[in-house]
Amino acid sequence: MTDNIVAETAERIFTDLADAQSINSAKDSGWKTALWDTLAESGLTLTWVPEDCGGSGASLADGFSVANSAGRFAIAVPLVETMLAGWLLSQAGLPSPAGRMTVAPARPQDRVTIDADGLLTGRVRGVPYASEADHLAVIASGTKGFTIALVEASACQIEAGANLGNDASSIVVFQQVKPVSAKLAPENLTPTTLMLMGATLRSLQIAGALETMLDMTVRYSNERVAFEKPISKFQAVQHNLAKLAGEVAAAVAAAGSAADAIANATSFDDAIFLEAASAKIRCAEAAEKGTAIAHQVHGAIGFSMEHILHRYTLRSLAWRDDFGHESYWANELGKLVATRGADDLWPLVASR
Amino acid sequence: MTAALRFDQIRLPEECEKLRGEVRAFLAEEIAAGTFNPHEPLLEDADNLEFSRRVGERGWIGMTWPKQYGGHERSFLERYVITEEMRVANAPTRRFFVADRQSGPVLLKYANERIKMDILPRICRGEVCFAIGMSEPNSGSDLFAAKTKATKTDGGWLINGTKIWTTSAHMADYMLAIFRTSPPTKENRRHGLTQFLVDMKAPGITVNPIEQISGLKEFNEVVFKDLFLPDDHALGEIDGAWKQATSELAYERSGPERFLETYYVLTELVRALGPNPDTRSAEGVGRLVAQLHTMRRMSVSVAGMLQAGKEPVVEASIVKDIGTIWEQQLPHRVRDLAAFIDTEAANHSTLEEQLAFATRTAPKLTIQGGTTEVLRGIIARGLGLR
Repeated sequence: MTDNIVAETAERIFTDLADAQSINSAKDSGWKTALWDTLAESGLTLTWVPEDCGGSGASLADGFSVANSAGRFAIAVPLVETMLAGWLLSQAGLPSPAGRMTVAPARPQDRVTIDADGLLTGRVRGVPYASEADHLAVIASGTKGFTIALVEASACQIEAGANLGNDASSIVVFQQVKPVSAKLAPENLTPTTLMLMGATLRSLQIAGALETMLDMTVRYSNERVAFEKPISKFQAVQHNLAKLAGEVAAAVAAAGSAADAIANATSFDDAIFLEAASAKIRCAEAAEKGTAIAHQVHGAIGFSMEHILHRYTLRSLAWRDDFGHESYWANELGKLVATRGADDLWPLVASR
Repeated sequence: MTAALRFDQIRLPEECEKLRGEVRAFLAEEIAAGTFNPHEPLLEDADNLEFSRRVGERGWIGMTWPKQYGGHERSFLERYVITEEMRVANAPTRRFFVADRQSGPVLLKYANERIKMDILPRICRGEVCFAIGMSEPNSGSDLFAAKTKATKTDGGWLINGTKIWTTSAHMADYMLAIFRTSPPTKENRRHGLTQFLVDMKAPGITVNPIEQISGLKEFNEVVFKDLFLPDDHALGEIDGAWKQATSELAYERSGPERFLETYYVLTELVRALGPNPDTRSAEGVGRLVAQLHTMRRMSVSVAGMLQAGKEPVVEASIVKDIGTIWEQQLPHRVRDLAAFIDTEAANHSTLEEQLAFATRTAPKLTIQGGTTEVLRGIIARGLGLR
């Protein structure tokens, strides 16, 4: 259920080409090509790139809906990453190339630097889909401030790796890499801005995956019979599912609020920081609690590779690691609150 | 999706923020005048008739009700702002809070014109306190097991039996209670209860205080012996009280009071930690703030959806389930995070006193107004499991 035509298009494509059962039983990764090509043809991969930079020029709100939907379908191609890369490039007025992209850094502790000759250096970890991407959009620090650069993936050293959900995730090493194009970032756009955007996208994906988990788990509990009745009739199971619904609700509300806040913001101020950091923290907590219940209710079948449950549970857990661990954001948010002072905590919360 | 949970992104409109400024200024004046101490959460002075009257004068009680009954026809989101600011400031709202939240709306819907004209304007003026008569010695969560009897007599009803755990009964002017007017039927065990308006000053009522582990005496046992209630004090359908608990419950469940009851300990913790907390403390505070922000966004969303005429029954129950567990655990989390604070810190004794009170208060938070177990049953039904 979505409210806009961009997200509806995405859902239609996901339904046709990203059916979890078909993907789970596929013998090869041919489905990835078919899915990616269709997404690229539809313009969804460059949702956030203005038309004069080669994209679809859709709104931030539209793109956030796509990310939420991608979570609901546990999409395993770099759609969200390419959207984010396109957004980052367009902030500096750089056009986006065709093909798969990702962004670097993907963790708030990592840095890429740019030297006087315009060459990039750095080692960044956990870059999603780096090994499948054609290009990386990078935000690098230099003496003149921050630079946004487009880099060919082949120019970097990319170690193969995977996250908890078995999706590609790599250490990327830049050794005096010459970008395809580069421009100074606009004032106020920092690596933190990229992390807040990434954290909000991952929150929306986690919330989406949790929505599907709730749906699947409720359905399974109504079908599975034990002790001569559907297990959904046992109060212990009902209460576990009610708790799962609570976690899903919190994730949906927190992620939706952050997306709505950014979509309507004029700058990334303390209020946006509260929204995005809270979303990542609360969605990560919900992923931990929610996946545990979804697995518990499914029993052994949900622990088998054959069952599709892991496509949602493991990805939602993996997404916690990207663009800031929840503990990182909690520490940063705690410091912000401490700096503002005790009597300014409520006004900050109430301002949202 | 079989179980779509919806939280519309509701932002409080401009008029709410203007109102927030007004209520903060008002509360600051009251604090300056010594009416209450914001660092002293709801102690014995929680009932304050003069304060209540001044809130009424501002037009902040019965805000959403029709003007003809003393109301102000403002939005539920505006009422939301008043409620949360009063709660965070630890303002003494006990006299009017229940009447404003739930008793007034029931009267508006089911009482006759004479009763409405008599009572509602007085609620709006901050003069009237309501109690809710639900639990009995042998029926709590199982509301429909209530036995206190209403027997038909000339021109009215005779009430005999006992209500218990009745908050504020000792100071209440009225009670909204459910009494048994018929036995339950085989087909419907919820049948046979009727909602009544009780004048607490009428003869035939004995109120016995019950001391709570929090140190307060808000609870009471209320014994009815041949209490006479006139016919027009029966509210709504005779034997059909079970049909009358609809969307009002959603308001009752999802308001800011469902997660802010122990909020003061978080403020005081931040004060005690100072501007440069260590990593453990900062992370702990950050998580609590993220959880608080999320619950408030959920709660505001439910208020906005109700205002828009939707019925987010499951979402409202989720807000209370998550919110009350959070406010119950909060003093314990704050205690953990305060463990390494220098006990000589300026506000340490305030924090300790607050923690003691909040910790003693905490157990009731997941019981009052619908237990966690009852809420989870409602959520499970909403999910299609029952």
